[in-house]
Amino acid sequence: MTVTTAAPGGLAEDLDAFQARAKEWVAANLEPLNGADPYLGHATDDADHVVRAKAIQRRIFDAGFAGLCYPVEYGGRGLPAEYQDAFIDVTYGYELPRLFNTPTFTIILPTILDFGTEEQKKRFIPAALKGEELWVQFLSEPTGGSDLAGALTRADRRSDVFVLNGSKIWSTYAWKSDYALCVARTDWDVPKHEGLSVLMVKVHQPGITITQIKHVDGTDDFCQEFFDDVPVPADQVLGKVNDGWNVASRLLLHEREAMSGSSPYAMAPRTAAHENDQVSAAALAQDSGGATDPLVRQLIGEARVLTRVHTALVGRIATSIRTGRLPAAAGSIPRLSNGMMRVRLASIALELAGDRAVAWNDDDPTGDLGVAYLGRQGPCIGGGTTEITRNIISERVLGMPREPAEDRNRPFRDVRTNAAVPRPKS
Amino acid sequence: MDLDLTPDQELLRDTTRKFLHATVPLTVVRALAENSAGFDREWWQRGAELGWTSLLVDERRGGGSVSGAGLRDLALIAEEMGAMVSPGPLIATNVVVQTLSRDASEELASHVLPSLLSGESVAAWCVAEPGQSVTPDGMTLRARRDGAEFVLDGVKRPVDTGGQADWLLVTATGPDGLSQFLVPSSAPGLRITPLHGLDLVRRHAEIGFDGVRVPSSSVVGVLGGASLSFEAQLQTALVLQCAEIVGATDRVFDFTVQYAFDRSSFGRALASYQALKHRFADMKLWLESAHAITVDATRQVQDGTPDAGEVVRIAKAYVAERCPELIQDCIQMHGGIGVTWEHDLHLYLRRVVLHRQTYGDPIQHRDQVAILAGR
Repeated sequence: MTVTTAAPGGLAEDLDAFQARAKEWVAANLEPLNGADPYLGHATDDADHVVRAKAIQRRIFDAGFAGLCYPVEYGGRGLPAEYQDAFIDVTYGYELPRLFNTPTFTIILPTILDFGTEEQKKRFIPAALKGEELWVQFLSEPTGGSDLAGALTRADRRSDVFVLNGSKIWSTYAWKSDYALCVARTDWDVPKHEGLSVLMVKVHQPGITITQIKHVDGTDDFCQEFFDDVPVPADQVLGKVNDGWNVASRLLLHEREAMSGSSPYAMAPRTAAHENDQVSAAALAQDSGGATDPLVRQLIGEARVLTRVHTALVGRIATSIRTGRLPAAAGSIPRLSNGMMRVRLASIALELAGDRAVAWNDDDPTGDLGVAYLGRQGPCIGGGTTEITRNIISERVLGMPREPAEDRNRPFRDVRTNAAVPRPKS
Repeated sequence: MDLDLTPDQELLRDTTRKFLHATVPLTVVRALAENSAGFDREWWQRGAELGWTSLLVDERRGGGSVSGAGLRDLALIAEEMGAMVSPGPLIATNVVVQTLSRDASEELASHVLPSLLSGESVAAWCVAEPGQSVTPDGMTLRARRDGAEFVLDGVKRPVDTGGQADWLLVTATGPDGLSQFLVPSSAPGLRITPLHGLDLVRRHAEIGFDGVRVPSSSVVGVLGGASLSFEAQLQTALVLQCAEIVGATDRVFDFTVQYAFDRSSFGRALASYQALKHRFADMKLWLESAHAITVDATRQVQDGTPDAGEVVRIAKAYVAERCPELIQDCIQMHGGIGVTWEHDLHLYLRRVVLHRQTYGDPIQHRDQVAILAGR
């Protein structure tokens, strides 16, 4: 991935001047979070997060702070990554349109930049940078999450459109998103990796049914989509037809960059949530007079150790990938760390909360910790399970032999797959 | 290892690495197990010429770093020493020379520092006490004023290099508060008893102080004002411990991965088994994390940042907990040969466990981290 470093007429403003100007603008134009989670970053709880994010992103765009590392010809500013870092620096503690961060800015747009036609880049990148279009990924399917190349969703060519049929799942905020990158099978007579294509699909159109999935914590941000003869214009294939695995692999690479903190397009450091977790674990124990209890201190100490070590690791791996010390697949290392750390933090929080995690008052903040514990394994599942992650680290970082597979070197239609997708009741 | 080295730092690291390979390969380390000192004095002097003793010492007092950041330089040497489970009083001597450089009077410094810098003499920091934590509150060895002299009473144990040191830097408590004294190891009233040790070449001793009399000129820094100095010494010791541990663990992981490629069972390389691949993936995560937090801590301590004290304890708590486990996993990957005297694995395990248990173990440091967080 290359970042265009030349603004029109060269850099008109040095880094210090830029940061000073950004700082002043942020203070005057963004809402302070006042202690709200700096990762989720919503100043108010009841607002429509998407509407709000779009409005804030537009303000940032109009002020010239959007897409700092994106090329000028596609609505960005063409600046080096240090300018993005400087902007992140001055926005800490302020509400950002973080819904755009992942996947739109860090995963989808970079992939469009890599594979899009000139028309596609001009059509889609500026619209997202202006906050007009929010993207979602249609990758996982109900028949299998980790085996992305085993997609059963089909896109059949009919004159100038591809007709989409099948189902996708675990897409975040799909019902509020505008466009989706969708991996679908366009050729069933070749091996699995050779018959995929990536489509840019308008989310709200006849033939697409979206259902929200209620999570164990009661939230319903995750969605499942059903496609019934959805026409996708043939000029909305990203990359070449049947070269979708190449495109999807790059998309996953950008995802790992986003996860490992090495993406130049990120709007926020990945680690803020962890700092937050550690503080709340400690605060909780202080609240119960726990700091006098050596067993409680062990848990607080462990939480702080885990979060600081993870933060240091993210930086080390990002540097290692940038300098070529480790391959890009090493982005899976912080992904594994994040999963394992958050599992342990959720357990520590439960431990500290005691019986108040399972029976609580209205004004008792610790009830959330019991609920959070129910979804504890989420960070080890989403974005590729930690088991797949361990395969990637051992195979692509340490160079160990790949797992044997029964689905290579034969037409995909002859490959054993899971049962048909259940349809929603209408 | 720090990923951002200056050319001079790379040279320092490479020179030390070559010297260690040439002079103390593991066969020599094994042979030194029979040597009561655990290291050769002339060898240590040659190491001193490479900079092993002078990086934490001010230029005006005869020292000097190679990068302007002496602790970061020294951590590179410690990492190389860990990778070779090297002998030598690296931590003990450097903690003492750092203190003398920063806090000692001109008279004391000029009397003692030159021979420590040249490697002709070596020093030990007498800090840990039986059943006490390595904190200012854990110091019970007492210093009592008697005319123009001080009288020291108490026991220090385990003292790194205590049986070999020419000079002892003693941390003591007393009516004036925490103080430090520099005592020649020949002083009357000292009972120096070598201890049995897990590491093959790093030696420890118990040192009893039975009314040891020292002149007031032996006070290092301000009488009763040693708590800041104590913290600086501990931070340096912890950084060097972590660096040695990650150096050792990195080497073990490296040859264990190679072993998994080379060794086969049921007609397949060990490295092809998913059950083992997943364990190697976890180990890689822990190893990179241990490196990352060690570099983080080294930089914070070097720069004297406000959270250096917390971060260095976080590093010790993580590295000293995780790396011995990682090496035990590597032993598991080796199977039976891994628990033999013949294989080198135990040399590394000995070194990391030594560091795990001294200058505060992970439990103590987690506790301290929580206490610092509550302030």
